[in-house]
Amino acid sequence: MDRGNRPGWGFGMRFGTIGAGMALAVGMTATAAVAAEISVTGYVEPELQVFTQSASGAEQRRWNTSVAAEVTYEAFWDNSNQWIVVNPFVRWDLRDGERTHVDMREAKYARVVDNWEFRIGLDKVFWGVTEAVHLVDIVNQTDFVESIDGEEKLGQPMVTVSSTWEIGTFTGYLLPYFRERTFASLSGRPAFDIPVDETQTKYESAAKRQHLDFALRYSNTFDIWDVGLSYFRGTNRNPVMTPGLDSGGRLVLVPFYVQTDRVSTDIQATSGAWLYKFEGFWQDQLNEQNLQATGGIEYTLFGIFDTPSDIGLVAEYVWDDRGANSQNPFANDVFLGLRWTPNDAASTAILAGTTVDLDTQAFGLSLEAERRFGEDYFVSLETRFFGNVPRSDPIFSNSDDDFIQLRIARHF
Amino acid sequence: MRIQNPPRGRVGVAVALAALMLAPAAVRAADSVSLPDDPAAKGLAIAEATDRSNQGFGDTKASMKMILENAYGETSERELRSMTLENPNAEEGDWTLNVFDKPRDVDGTALLTYAKILEPDDQWMYLPAVKRVKRISSVNKSGPFMGSEFAFEDFSSTEVGKYSYKWLRDEACPAPVADRTCHVTERYPEYEHSGYTRQVVWTDTTDYQPRRIEYFDRKDELLKTLTFDDYRLYLDKFWRAHDLFMENVVTGKSTRLTWQDYSFGNGLSQNDFSTNALKRAR
Repeated sequence: MDRGNRPGWGFGMRFGTIGAGMALAVGMTATAAVAAEISVTGYVEPELQVFTQSASGAEQRRWNTSVAAEVTYEAFWDNSNQWIVVNPFVRWDLRDGERTHVDMREAKYARVVDNWEFRIGLDKVFWGVTEAVHLVDIVNQTDFVESIDGEEKLGQPMVTVSSTWEIGTFTGYLLPYFRERTFASLSGRPAFDIPVDETQTKYESAAKRQHLDFALRYSNTFDIWDVGLSYFRGTNRNPVMTPGLDSGGRLVLVPFYVQTDRVSTDIQATSGAWLYKFEGFWQDQLNEQNLQATGGIEYTLFGIFDTPSDIGLVAEYVWDDRGANSQNPFANDVFLGLRWTPNDAASTAILAGTTVDLDTQAFGLSLEAERRFGEDYFVSLETRFFGNVPRSDPIFSNSDDDFIQLRIARHF
Repeated sequence: MRIQNPPRGRVGVAVALAALMLAPAAVRAADSVSLPDDPAAKGLAIAEATDRSNQGFGDTKASMKMILENAYGETSERELRSMTLENPNAEEGDWTLNVFDKPRDVDGTALLTYAKILEPDDQWMYLPAVKRVKRISSVNKSGPFMGSEFAFEDFSSTEVGKYSYKWLRDEACPAPVADRTCHVTERYPEYEHSGYTRQVVWTDTTDYQPRRIEYFDRKDELLKTLTFDDYRLYLDKFWRAHDLFMENVVTGKSTRLTWQDYSFGNGLSQNDFSTNALKRAR
């Protein structure tokens, strides 16, 4: 695989360096002029993974270890109305060369003037209200080698302008430069059984990674309702995985990034201990229209049995109007989650979740326990299990990658 | 002078963390507060006098530190920064934005609250790792705040309209101001989801601010005691306690909460308390 093209080492570092350099230049000029508040924080987090089943791939193993680290440098001045943030992330993985990667998560300059806010540089934006599938969260590309649940994102170059009024907040995003999704290599787990060949990555637009994408967003709060409405036009961050052949004639998966027009909405109603959530979008790509939606509820039992413990319950459903299809593993799925916390000084929490595919009866189970030790250490133990996954289900190749994972973060 | 059907009184008292610092009227004005005879009306009038004296504070910024100690003497620390904007609307409480600094794994997490009187507050949490603003349920008033002995309602429930009152007696204030006289008042939460059946408040007659509060749980047994100390006067008008000690008499755990770097008149506006401002909270 051509390492130079990989988003982690190549582009990410190049643009990130420019972005960081620019941000630092602005920052140093500003901080030289006025006294700035500076804060540097970060963490180092070693990880150990054990896989309970034999691997399907010859290069996969039963255990793995990696170390992740992140540093956040922030400088504020002008009464906190101007600031820069530089936030690089790195992971070194023992086995998977693709999982070893560096990313500039943020390298931005921002300024607030009255009810206006301007940002330029690498940044991360989150849209959405649901817990299981973040359907409308499209701005940043998923750092898929970090977590297959899509929770980790790569930094995205952007220029944003936002203004807040009585009638709501309006934000415009200019998104130059596309970030490609990261995929595990043949020695990585969890991984697709058919390897992903990123050297053959295809784009619908001739401009490829230089295509200028943009997005608009409106959001506001009306009593118990939090509402967002967004429009995105540009390269869809979710690749269409197409079958192909590598130079040796073996079957590979080739990511194909297409142009999309997408209108989406996210709505939450908050009433007492109940949260009601909905996300949905309509998109037009490759001459096809597609509707997807997800919604559900979250209910919290506070102080159960007169103890300080809380139990949070989540139930959500995800739907794709195409029905079961090879591109979207979550086309007709139910998600149930539970979170128990004793509200102690160590912030102990236990999370349990299950996803069931109503079309294939495939299911996934995850269990996680976490707590703080001392002032600076945070430990999490997670186990993920996949069951009853038929060959037709897009996550079939993950079904033998059940794992137990221990992470110990040292914050500073 | 007997007050017939006393009005609920303006609820300009700061909510959330800054709210513990109930400010009295200026010393001379407090001496001349005349109270009705009926214990319920008297209790209400004392609370209103305390509330009135914090009117007009505008906005405040402060840093807060908590030292949690368990029954074995082991400690852990919490640090956060707090901003409050006084709400001119008498039917609602104030706006507050808190940003957590320690422990380091929650560094950058922020909480935005639009306080209400008897309804649940509007509350949003910012999760820095995923850059997500999440509106959360705020009915959990009785749960521990950051694992400490302070419950959410201990910070945010000092509007007059949240309780009904009964004056009990006058007696010497608790140490270190045992030379002063305190009104001892009982108050009963009127809002839903409170963890307490009642609270007993010692209010200093000199400056009309609380010196001690006893909290009684749902079984009407004494659960916690809060002591206020190190009061300082700002802008010649507003008292703020800088040392609060909450002791759980049942478990033996305690939390010492201290305020630093109090500042008024920061020129804050509602723009600083929007969900957009929450995302860039410092």
